[in-house]
Amino acid sequence: MLRICGRLITVSSTLWKSPLPPLCKRGGAQSAGGFFLLALIALFLPLATAQESKGYRAVTNERLLHPEPENWLMYRGTYDSWGYSPLDQITTKNVEKLVPVWTFSTGVAEGHQAPPIVNDGVMFITTPQDQVLALDAKKGDLLWRYQRELPEDLSQLHPTNRGVALYGDKVFLATVDAHLVALNAHSGEVVWDQPVEDYLAGYYMTLAPLVVKGKVMVGVSGGEFGIRGFVQAFDTETGNPVWKTYTVPGPGEPGHDGWPGDTWKTGGVPVWITGSYDPQLNLTYWGTGNAGPFTSEVRRGDNLYATSVIALDADTGALKAHHQYHWNDAWDWDEVSAPLLLDVQRNGKAIKALVHPARDGYLWLLERSADKIGFVDAQPYVRQNVFTKIDPTSGRPTYDPQRIFGIGKRAEFCPSVWGGKDWPPAAYSPKTGYVYIPANENLCGALTGKAATYQSGQLYLGIDLADLELIPHPDAKDHIGELQAWDMNTGKKVWTTTFKSHNWGPVLTTGGGLVFMGGTNDRYFRAFDAQTGKVLWQQRTNSGVTGVPSSYQIDGVQYIAVQSGWGVDAQRKQELLNKKLGTKTFVPQGGVLWVFALRP
Amino acid sequence: MPCTDHSEKPNVSLPHEECRLSRRIVLKSALAAGLSLPFVSVSANAAEDPRKARPQVGDHFVFSAGDRKGQSVTVKDLPLGGPPLTVYAMDPATRTIRDGSRLNRVLLLRLAPEELSEQTRTVAAEGIVGYSAVCTHTGCDISEWKDAHLICPCHASTFDPKNRARVISGPAPGPLAALPLRLVDGVVTVAGPFSGRVGAKQK
Repeated sequence: MLRICGRLITVSSTLWKSPLPPLCKRGGAQSAGGFFLLALIALFLPLATAQESKGYRAVTNERLLHPEPENWLMYRGTYDSWGYSPLDQITTKNVEKLVPVWTFSTGVAEGHQAPPIVNDGVMFITTPQDQVLALDAKKGDLLWRYQRELPEDLSQLHPTNRGVALYGDKVFLATVDAHLVALNAHSGEVVWDQPVEDYLAGYYMTLAPLVVKGKVMVGVSGGEFGIRGFVQAFDTETGNPVWKTYTVPGPGEPGHDGWPGDTWKTGGVPVWITGSYDPQLNLTYWGTGNAGPFTSEVRRGDNLYATSVIALDADTGALKAHHQYHWNDAWDWDEVSAPLLLDVQRNGKAIKALVHPARDGYLWLLERSADKIGFVDAQPYVRQNVFTKIDPTSGRPTYDPQRIFGIGKRAEFCPSVWGGKDWPPAAYSPKTGYVYIPANENLCGALTGKAATYQSGQLYLGIDLADLELIPHPDAKDHIGELQAWDMNTGKKVWTTTFKSHNWGPVLTTGGGLVFMGGTNDRYFRAFDAQTGKVLWQQRTNSGVTGVPSSYQIDGVQYIAVQSGWGVDAQRKQELLNKKLGTKTFVPQGGVLWVFALRP
Repeated sequence: MPCTDHSEKPNVSLPHEECRLSRRIVLKSALAAGLSLPFVSVSANAAEDPRKARPQVGDHFVFSAGDRKGQSVTVKDLPLGGPPLTVYAMDPATRTIRDGSRLNRVLLLRLAPEELSEQTRTVAAEGIVGYSAVCTHTGCDISEWKDAHLICPCHASTFDPKNRARVISGPAPGPLAALPLRLVDGVVTVAGPFSGRVGAKQK
């Protein structure tokens, strides 16, 4: 087995066989690099048995369709994007005994947003700068590390990565310099490296890929740089492209006439969060981002398929259906979170639903079928003053024209550009039947536009940063962050738990009747009672927790794992809030993976 | 599927099979596999290609974009007190514009000489200062000018051009690299190499 000291550090070919050799020395790179804070705090769980983990099983279609409860095989755990682990060892009754069992410093700053993805005792996390760490999920030993050599002329508007996808014995990473990379799950060696687009033209990738039936799918970021967004599928074995579907229709395609002139060529509409998948319909559902530039008057029209959910055939990429949450977006309300696939009972009717707590501040209930996404219901879950009504049949909103900014025209609107909920995923628990929304309330915003000229690779926003404002509502003194629980059958909010801080916390639900979430600027990671919203446990961490939590089980012990590492938009929003509120809140950066289990 | 290989020439589309074999990828794969290859880097390319080379002593400046793209910049093009102009250096002998790397973008700005810090005056030419246009945080282009400060649009790092572009606020870890200037026969001219590392450290 190859052990090298280059970009890839392989510590052990298999966790599951040999005792660990000493960490590979990197010579000069170690002192020069500064990324070697590999603090292994091995507080081994006394109760854990010495039983050997079983071998790493290949990830198959069947396993992705029905992941074992002890594993977390994809971004949200399952294709329906519930963010739910059926594991129930940790419960509302005993969660107060939850303690950290090991941690791991990633050695990098900025936004740590990726979930720990676990297959048979091996954990994979990603960090900003496209590092992949493979760890023994029980003991915290480093198995291998992939560190991408990023081009020196790369710029990173969003320095983050949202995790890997697994298939067979491969690990897939979508990179910030717009490549898709397949690594060997056992060694971290590069199996193939496929360029997806040109990073110098503003394309980049941060999402965890989605694997369906041997195809690995990614979307591109760059809605701020005048890209033309798309979702593309590649063969997991070879890396060869299989299909590519643009999110901005070209000439002759339906929806193209909603883009005046050549605006479609630079219309944005990125896809930067992992899609959901319905195996019965064989459809993948992707949320899409903003149309660009932000100044909506230069692209009058609906701008399909911006700020929408699109249904793409998993085999061919054919666009089978769509629903646009709001047309001609003027608020940077990316609707990139993939909808949760739920069965909902509404007014005596069973609905195969798509549920989306949107950045536009409305909670959308849609119905999915083979060739249609139908509108059922939408209602605001935070203060929203842009929509004056929603068409009861189509779901199309009507806007208050005073809330639309323009070139040389300032407009105030609620919620702010970061929306009622930004990218941090909501979750669903089949135990309670509730959807849990990590929301931001009492924050409005304003924008003032300017004329923009497209230049390849340059920001193409139509605003100056200085003209992006946050306007706290007087009630923000009480709180901004919320965790909301909604019963989708009744369409009613069940409870709200509030936080003084804004909230960037992805949500995990578990079979033990718990909800886990961090996201606040006080660095806490918390467990809530899924029925009542009561905080049952909290742990102060190194930084702010913007990582997606996950849960897994090894040798009879249930673990909760999450990365703590504040950065990207959470940091930007904090700076704006400090200016507005006169606060001096400082959230330290630097990523650490935390793994928790019950104290024996 | 078309793809691009930026390691050679920007915006060149290659057929799919070729891009799989582009040098950059072969290099990455080889490194990952622990193979030994002669070390090839962007800076090596820069040494060979004058378009990619950083500004050299004696270079003049040209507009980087807009209607006057490629035309020479004169002192009159720089309004006193800003805003700055984004430019590329140009070898006056060969008229080669050093636009082969976005790391070569330079901000030129004319300020009142008496307002400059002593240290800044040592690199300025009659109040004209030159700084790298690439933010030291995550490598974005500095494109905003407000209250006599240079602001990065990506994460709001703010730099003071009167004081060696030191960080006033925001996440940038250090100042923008300064490009020493002098006036030669009234023409803004490069007087020395960048004072430090250009752009962000991609680690």
